[in-house]
Amino acid sequence: MEFDTIAAISTPMGEGAIAIVRLSGDEAFAIADRVFRGMGGKQLESVPSHTIHYGHIVEPSTSAVVEEVMVSVMKGPKTFTREDVIEINCHGGLVTVNQVLQLLLKQGARLAEPGEFTKRAFLNGRIDLSQAEAVMDLIRAKTDRAMSVAMGQMEGRLSKLVQSLRQEILEILAQVEVNIDYPEYDDVEEMTLSMMTEKSAYVRSELQKLLRTSEQGKILRDGLSTVIIGRPNVGKSSLLNSLVHENKAIVTDVPGTTRDVIEEYVNVRGVPLKLVDTAGIRETEDIVERIGVERSRKVLKEADLILLVLNHAEELSEEDRRLFEAVKGMDFIVIVNKTDLPQSLNIDEVKELAAHHPLVATSLLKEQGVDELEEAIASLFFAGSLDAKDSTYVSNSRHIALLHQALQTIEEAIGGAEMGTPVDMVQIDLRRTWEILGEIIGDTVQESLIDQLFSQFCLGK
Amino acid sequence: MVKKFEAGTFDVIVVGAGHAGVEAGLAAARMGAKTLMLTINLDMVAFMPCNPSVGGPAKGIVVREIDALGGQMGRTIDKTHIQMRMLNTGKGPAVRALRAQADKVLYQQDMKETIENEPNITLLQAMVEELIIEDGECTGVVSKTGAVYRAKTTIITAGTFLRGEVIIGDLKYSSGPNNQQPSIGLADHLRGLGFDIVRFKTGTPPRVNSQTIDYSKTEIQPGDDVPRAFSYETTEFITDQLPCWLTYTNEVTHTIIDENLHRSAMYSGMIKGTGPRYCPSIEDKVVRFNDKPRHQIFLEPEGRNTKEVYVQGLSTSLPEDVQQKLLASIPGLEKAQMMRAGYAIEYDAIVPTQLWPTLETKKIKNLYTAGQINGTSGYEEAAGQGLMAGINAARRAFNQEEVILSRSDAYIGVLIDDLVTKGTNEPYRLLTSRAEYRLLLRHDNADLRLKDIGFNIGLVSNESYDRFNGKKELIDAEINRLKAVMIKPDQKTQDLLADIGSSQLKDGIRGSDLLRRPEITYNHIKELSPADADLPFEVEEQVEIQIKYEGYIEKSLQQVDKLKKMENKKIPEGIDYDAITGIASEARQKLRDVRPLSIAQASRISGVNPADISILLVYIEQGKIAKVSGQ
Repeated sequence: MEFDTIAAISTPMGEGAIAIVRLSGDEAFAIADRVFRGMGGKQLESVPSHTIHYGHIVEPSTSAVVEEVMVSVMKGPKTFTREDVIEINCHGGLVTVNQVLQLLLKQGARLAEPGEFTKRAFLNGRIDLSQAEAVMDLIRAKTDRAMSVAMGQMEGRLSKLVQSLRQEILEILAQVEVNIDYPEYDDVEEMTLSMMTEKSAYVRSELQKLLRTSEQGKILRDGLSTVIIGRPNVGKSSLLNSLVHENKAIVTDVPGTTRDVIEEYVNVRGVPLKLVDTAGIRETEDIVERIGVERSRKVLKEADLILLVLNHAEELSEEDRRLFEAVKGMDFIVIVNKTDLPQSLNIDEVKELAAHHPLVATSLLKEQGVDELEEAIASLFFAGSLDAKDSTYVSNSRHIALLHQALQTIEEAIGGAEMGTPVDMVQIDLRRTWEILGEIIGDTVQESLIDQLFSQFCLGK
Repeated sequence: MVKKFEAGTFDVIVVGAGHAGVEAGLAAARMGAKTLMLTINLDMVAFMPCNPSVGGPAKGIVVREIDALGGQMGRTIDKTHIQMRMLNTGKGPAVRALRAQADKVLYQQDMKETIENEPNITLLQAMVEELIIEDGECTGVVSKTGAVYRAKTTIITAGTFLRGEVIIGDLKYSSGPNNQQPSIGLADHLRGLGFDIVRFKTGTPPRVNSQTIDYSKTEIQPGDDVPRAFSYETTEFITDQLPCWLTYTNEVTHTIIDENLHRSAMYSGMIKGTGPRYCPSIEDKVVRFNDKPRHQIFLEPEGRNTKEVYVQGLSTSLPEDVQQKLLASIPGLEKAQMMRAGYAIEYDAIVPTQLWPTLETKKIKNLYTAGQINGTSGYEEAAGQGLMAGINAARRAFNQEEVILSRSDAYIGVLIDDLVTKGTNEPYRLLTSRAEYRLLLRHDNADLRLKDIGFNIGLVSNESYDRFNGKKELIDAEINRLKAVMIKPDQKTQDLLADIGSSQLKDGIRGSDLLRRPEITYNHIKELSPADADLPFEVEEQVEIQIKYEGYIEKSLQQVDKLKKMENKKIPEGIDYDAITGIASEARQKLRDVRPLSIAQASRISGVNPADISILLVYIEQGKIAKVSGQ
C-alpha cells in the first residue's frame, strides 16, 4: 500500500551516539502513543505540533521499558513528508533502536523502503525534480536488491516454511470457498469452525516458532557473528582493523562481558557483522593453539561466518589444514593475504579445501582486495546462503514485521472462530494471513486460490 | 453485394438480444436514449441455451445489483421461475445467495414483452454483418440485407454466435447455440478491424423427456418454503413451485466414458478452444478425477409447460449414441428419452483487455462490447456487463460522464475490472473468492450500495427511490436506538438468555452489545426491547447484520479506504510509458496494453510490481510525461 504509515531508523547505522526512529503517515501519532509513556500520561496525539517530549518506549503488553527517549511531534503538512511525523531519539545503540523499531512495526507501521520518506516528500509536493531523480534510482536499486534477496530466499528455509504454511492455509480457504460457491457439492466436507480453529492453531504455533527465532535471532539485532581465524602473523588484526576502519565500529564495548571478549560491530555493505573474540586475536595471536581449548571451539561453533586467513607467502601448513577441518560444514570465506609478497602457497590445494566457499585474495598492507572481500560477504548474505544458527533465517525487519502481522491476523481468525463467527468471515482474516505470508516470498497472486479450488475439487455442472 | 439503404438513426444500437443485449437495450432506452435492438432471430430474445437457472453464489448477488441499478433480470425471473432457494443460509450473510430455476419459455416471453412495451426501443430481426467506422469511431451498423442503421454509440452483445461451431463427437458444423444461425460476417469484420480474438469453448448437456424419468430412484430437491424474490420491486410472489431431482453417475457411466473417450471431441483434438474449468464436461470430470466413484446429476425442469428436463452435470460433446448409453446408466434415467443431445460450442471472443472499464473498445470509439463476446460465461455475468455497457453508451450519446463501478461497489465492478485489467484465458465466471471485499458486497445490501447510482443516472424511479430512502431511515433509526437502549438484567431477560444458553447478565447492557453475542438474534432483542413500530423484515435483517458484524465490516471498509486513495490517483489518458525510464520492460508492455485509468487499476495488472507503481506515481505527480499522444 502506498499511503500507510511507515517507520524506519533514519540515522545511519553506527554514526553518532543518538539514533532516530522516524514514523510518517496518518497513523503516526496513534502508533507512537501505543508504545510511548510520557510524563503524567501525556498523549502525543494531543500535544502541540513541533514540540519534543521526554518519556519511555515500552512494550505495551508488559509495560516493560525498552528505552528512554525524546520524541519530536510534528503535524503535517509542515513536515518533511507533509504527513504527520514522529521522531524518536534513542540512545541505547543498535540493539534497543531495533527493538523500538520492531515495536512500532508490531503496532501497525510498515517498514519503510529505502528512499520512501523522500519519495513521500516528493509525492506530497515537498521536494523538487532533481531530488526526485535520485528517488527513482533508490527505488530501482531497492527492487534489484530485494529481487536478489527474494531469489536467494526462494531456496532458503524461511521460504520453504512460509510456502508450506501458505499451502496449509490455502487448503482451508479452498475448502471454504467450495462450500460457498458450490453449496450443493457433496464431495467435500463442510469446513467447520472447529476444524478451522484446529488448522489455524497449527499455523499460529508455526508462526510463533518462527518469530521466536527472530527474537533470539542474531542478525538483525547483533549482526552476523563472525570469527577471524588463521595462524599467527597471517594478518588477522590487519583484516579486523581494515574492516573496522573502513566501516566504522557501531559498538565498541559490550558491558557485562568478560574482559577478553570484546565484540566489534561493523556494517559491511548493509550486512551487520559482529566480530567476536577479537581481543584474543589482538592480544595473543595464538588462536591456533586455542583451537584446542573448549571455549574457542564454542566461539567457532556459535559463529555464523568465519573468515579464514591464509598466508600467500607461505606453504599450506598442517595448522592451516586443521583450521579447514575445524570449519567444515560452516559458512566461511577463505582469505589469501599478503599477495604483495612472492607466492609460496599452493592455490589449487586451497581451492580444493575451500570447495564451493568463496576465496578472496588480499594484500591488507597495500589495502588491496578488501572491496572484494566485502562484496563476498554481502553476496553471501543477500543470496541467502548464510544461515544464522537459530535454525530458520528470519533476520530481515520486513519479514519480522510481516510475520507479526500474519500472527495477528491468524489470532483474529482463531478468536473469531472461537466466538462462533460464521466460517466465511473467519475466512477473511485467514485470507489476510495468507496474503501477508505471500508478501514475504513475493507472491500474492489471487488466481492461485482459484487454481487450488479447481485442482482439488471436481466442480461444475 | 446487396444494395445498402438508409434505415434509421438512433442514439444507441444494440447488436444481439441475449442476456447482455436486453439489459443494454432496456437501460439505454429507460435513460431516454432512442434505442435500436437487432437480433438474428426474434423468437430467441433472452433465450437460455444452457441451464434453466438464474443466480447462485456471486451470480445471484449480481442479479440483485442489476436490480438495484434499475436493470431487468431480477424482475423478470421473479415472475417466471418455477422454484427459488436461498443458498448458504447456514453461513454468514456475505455469502448468502438466491438461485431460481427458470421457466425458460416464460422468461423469454416476459423479457420480449418488456422490450416491446418500452417506447424508446425499436426491436428488429436482422443479422449485422459490419460496422460503419469513420475516423476511428463507430457510427452505425449494416445488416445482411443492406439496411444501414446509424447511431451515436453501438454495443455488440453477440454471445457465442461469432463464428460459432457446434461439436458432437466427431461431428462439427457451423452454428450458433441451439442450432441458430452463426454470425460469420461480423466475426470476420471484427478480425479485420484488428481486434485480438481468442477461441473459447463451452458446452451443454442433453435434455430428456420428463415422462420417461423414473423419479422414484432420485432424491427430491424442493424450493424454499418462504417466498423469495430477487427484485426490490417485487411484491407478488410465486408460491406454486416445482421440485428438481438429484441422481448420480456410477462406475458403469464412467466405464462407458472411458471406452468412448477416443470419440469425444474434447480428447480427439477436434476442439481447440479453451473451456471453463468450472463448467467441465462429464468426460473431463471422469478423466481428471478418476478416483471419484460418482458425480452428482441434477434433473431440472425447463418450464411448467414443457416436458423437457435439463440434465445438469452431464455436459458433454460425446457422440449422440454414447450420450444415450450414458443416460441409460444413471438411476432414474434408464429409459430416458433424449430430446436434445448435448454439444460443445466453440466461438470467437474478444480479448477483454482491449476494453476500457466502461466496456468501450479502446480501438474504436463509441463501440462497446458486453457479455460472452468479452470472454465471460453465464447469463448473470452477461447481464451485468450489458447493463453497464448500456448505461455508458447512453451517457456517451448524451455527452454525460461515464459510470464505472469499483471493486468495492459491486460484483459487477469486480467482474469488469478483472476482465479489462487482467484479461482471462478461459471463459470467466464470477466466484465469491474473486471479490476481496465480499463482506461488503452482500445479497442483502445491494440496494444500499447501488440505488443512489441507479437513481442518479435515471434508471431508478422516484417511487422506488423514495421507498428505498424510507427503508434506510428505518435502519439507521433502529441501529441508533439499539446503541442507546439499555437492557436490564431482569427476570424476563435472564430467562430468555438461559433458554438459549447465553450467559446471564450482571448489569444492564446496550442492545447493540447484546446483539453481538453469536447466539443472540435480532428477534431475541425484539422480545426484550421492541422497536416503537413493527419493522419490515429487510430492515431487521440489515440492523442485525450491521451491528453483529460491525468489526469485520469496519475492517473491510478500512481496506476500501486505501483502495479509494489509489483509485483517486488517476493516470493521464495519453501517458507515454516508453518515456518513463525505470519501469521494467514486462510491466511497460502490460501498462501499454491495458492503459489503466488509475494507480489502483495499474497495481492489479499481473507483472506490474510495486516498484513500477512507485516510479509511475513519481512521474505522474511530477507531470513529467514526456510525450502526450496527439501533441
